[in-house]
Amino acid sequence: MTRILGVLGLVLVLYGALFASHDKAGEVGNLIDVANYQGQYGIITLGAALIIITGGIDLSIGSVVACGAVLFGVLMNRGVHPYLAVPIVVLFGAGIGLVNGLLITRLRLQPFLVTLCGMFIFRGVARLLGDTVSMSRVAQAHPEFDGALRNLRYLLVGKAPADGELLFPAQFVLLVLLAAVVGFFLHRTAYGRYWYAIGHSELAAKYAGVNVDRHRLVVYVACSSLAALAGVLLFLNSPSVQSDNAGLGWELYAILGAVLGGCSLRGGEGMAVGMVLGAMVLPIIESIVNFRGDKSDVIPAVVGVTLLVGTVVDELIRRRSRVHR
Amino acid sequence: MPPPRLAITGARKQFPGVLALDGVSLALAPGEVLAVVGENGAGKSTLMKIVAGVYTPDAGEVLLNGLPIRFPGPAEAIAAGVTLIHQELNLAENLTVTDNLFLGREVTLGGALRVLNHRTMSGHAAALLARVGLPEDRANVRVESLPPGEKQLVEIARALGTDVRVLIMDEPTSSLTQKETEQLYLVIDALKADGVSVLYISHRLAEVKRVADRVTVLRDGKNAGELAKAEITHDNMVRLMVGRDLKQFYPKVHRTGTGGAAVLSVRDVRYRNGPATPTSFDVRAGEILGMAGLVGAGRTELSEAVFGVRSLVAGELLLDNKPLRIRSPRDAIAAGILLVPEDRRLHGLILPESVGFNLSLPNLDRLTSLFGVKKRAEAELHRTWIDRLRVKTPSAAQPVGLLSGGNQQKVVYGKWLARGPKVLILDEPTRGVDVGAKAEIYALVDELAGQGVAVWMITSDMEELLGMSDRVVVMHEGKVAGELTGTKLTEEAVMRLATGATPSSSAAPHTQGVALG
Repeated sequence: MTRILGVLGLVLVLYGALFASHDKAGEVGNLIDVANYQGQYGIITLGAALIIITGGIDLSIGSVVACGAVLFGVLMNRGVHPYLAVPIVVLFGAGIGLVNGLLITRLRLQPFLVTLCGMFIFRGVARLLGDTVSMSRVAQAHPEFDGALRNLRYLLVGKAPADGELLFPAQFVLLVLLAAVVGFFLHRTAYGRYWYAIGHSELAAKYAGVNVDRHRLVVYVACSSLAALAGVLLFLNSPSVQSDNAGLGWELYAILGAVLGGCSLRGGEGMAVGMVLGAMVLPIIESIVNFRGDKSDVIPAVVGVTLLVGTVVDELIRRRSRVHR
Repeated sequence: MPPPRLAITGARKQFPGVLALDGVSLALAPGEVLAVVGENGAGKSTLMKIVAGVYTPDAGEVLLNGLPIRFPGPAEAIAAGVTLIHQELNLAENLTVTDNLFLGREVTLGGALRVLNHRTMSGHAAALLARVGLPEDRANVRVESLPPGEKQLVEIARALGTDVRVLIMDEPTSSLTQKETEQLYLVIDALKADGVSVLYISHRLAEVKRVADRVTVLRDGKNAGELAKAEITHDNMVRLMVGRDLKQFYPKVHRTGTGGAAVLSVRDVRYRNGPATPTSFDVRAGEILGMAGLVGAGRTELSEAVFGVRSLVAGELLLDNKPLRIRSPRDAIAAGILLVPEDRRLHGLILPESVGFNLSLPNLDRLTSLFGVKKRAEAELHRTWIDRLRVKTPSAAQPVGLLSGGNQQKVVYGKWLARGPKVLILDEPTRGVDVGAKAEIYALVDELAGQGVAVWMITSDMEELLGMSDRVVVMHEGKVAGELTGTKLTEEAVMRLATGATPSSSAAPHTQGVALG
């Protein structure tokens, strides 16, 4: 609980800093914009957090986002209806998660290595699928999809069907809904118990009759599915998506959000509320940097310092707790 | 008369909750092999670690060549010529034999860069390997690719390289083949001839008879007696190792007898990486089957195979006379075969999680509805078992790692009892448990057996074994060495079987397990 309060405090302080940075920073339009980015990062944070809770890691998230975005555009260019393309892309993500998960559970490979390779491989897959995709190209090739795409964009991103103006933070709404689902599984069902148990002690979980391999597999599938979904959102939210830089480095944002939100990289810890709060941090920092007129180059440094401080505080809290493994 | 090479007088060592050594003395002459024997937990390993500088004694003296010494650490002991070869070998597996022989005392060309002098080292290495009878071509082989016996010899060669005067060997043959053991004997004979004194710890009495010039027996952290070369017989050693009064601590209130039907039958079972001999035995309804054996006899491994942690390669398991396939602990638990593991901190509990979390974990299938875990039913389960087992905890939300050993163990029992076991496997059921909680656990196990549960209790605690078991199966080196019941069930008989004595007229009849071997 202290962790949740900690990250909540951090989010509030950052919002304070945002309001103080510029007169216009506190305007509703900017807050909606920030919230939309929070939703975008939050969705991949949920996936990363689930894996981290079971003691694993996924470094391929960013590349899967790129795959998802490009595949979504390519499918529609080839004449697949947008409403059908969305579930296809999510299933494709699930397939990637299945591959990662099987390599990790069946061959007992290290998650870090498997997903590091995945990071490179799926980036390559994205580039093989296509170069640049965009809503306007799809509309050119298939004018009949235009209406459906604009509806999807309104529903999932919150941009007006007519002119694409951002009306409400639909991605944040989506994040809250998905976090509620994740929270239900994590805090209310046996699955969540098993994930925590596996994260703390795979052996003890096994001896208690938990099907460790299957549950580890499930979280990898969930994470990659969410990453592919984030790719769809990225496509809808952007004027165009390039396969070589879409979602680049996002796995680190996702891990950052999860850790800030109270997930320990040692596994076994984390709450759904924390994941949402942790994912909210980065977009606020980005907005503050923009409004202060600092060069955007400093963002990585600010992010790094934030994470480091978070980690040090986390370690200090741990040292005070008396339970050692 | 010159002073002995090594003398220990009145060594005493207290660990939290255990007095491991209570005034032990011994003396070792140059070129002598002294065997130290005793039951599990008699204090052998503690004593050796004191000699080698791993532990400092709370009281008593260690004299080397008549001079009192107190090594601050193993490095100082080695410098003084005292080397301990651990039960688990301490070699850097990824380095070559030569690298290991000189690890920490590399020969260099001089200067701050410490460039290695390979030529000198390989010359020395060849000589050292020759002394332990290893072929010269082993020098540049990585240690991980050597068989266990050769690793043991490399350890000895390393000790020889440090000009060892006292060599301590803790269960040196536990992972060796017969042939490798023979080679080790030859090396020990050669060391003796060179005037090296050897302290040899083993619970394989046949081996002790072969190598030892003298035997010191430990029991409960004290000297139990000494045997000169001519007196070293199996029976003499066993007599000194045992011999205690059983405390009236072990209830047999609820059990009616051993006449129940076999619930779990283990038939010619072999498991992966296990012994080549198949194992067979039954556990019957309403009885406590004790399983005795020395450390390393393969009891825990066998229970893990039955519980689905290790996969079976031959034989079958019968539950109520029906064949049963168990591929994972899940299958075992579904069949009602539940294991209270030896290492509860590693296998039994999720320590950072709460008492309630742990009690629920294997029972969630019964506590779940469409809307997730049923909070009320779960709280009820927690209350029931915390109360019934009298777990001392402020609440069900307390992290289980903060409880005492006895209360932790009760939580392990609680999570299984909530399921209603058919077969309950207890591996060291009271290890690290205080006396009060022990008595409660014994009463509980007696009650369970009285209700018809088949209890299979693996224990290294002789009192517990004799006090609680209705029937005892003794394991020796992965094989069932024999079965004991009634008046035949004595401490001497158990020790004789556990140490691999050839059956004398007084020994109990053997079970089919041996006949098959």
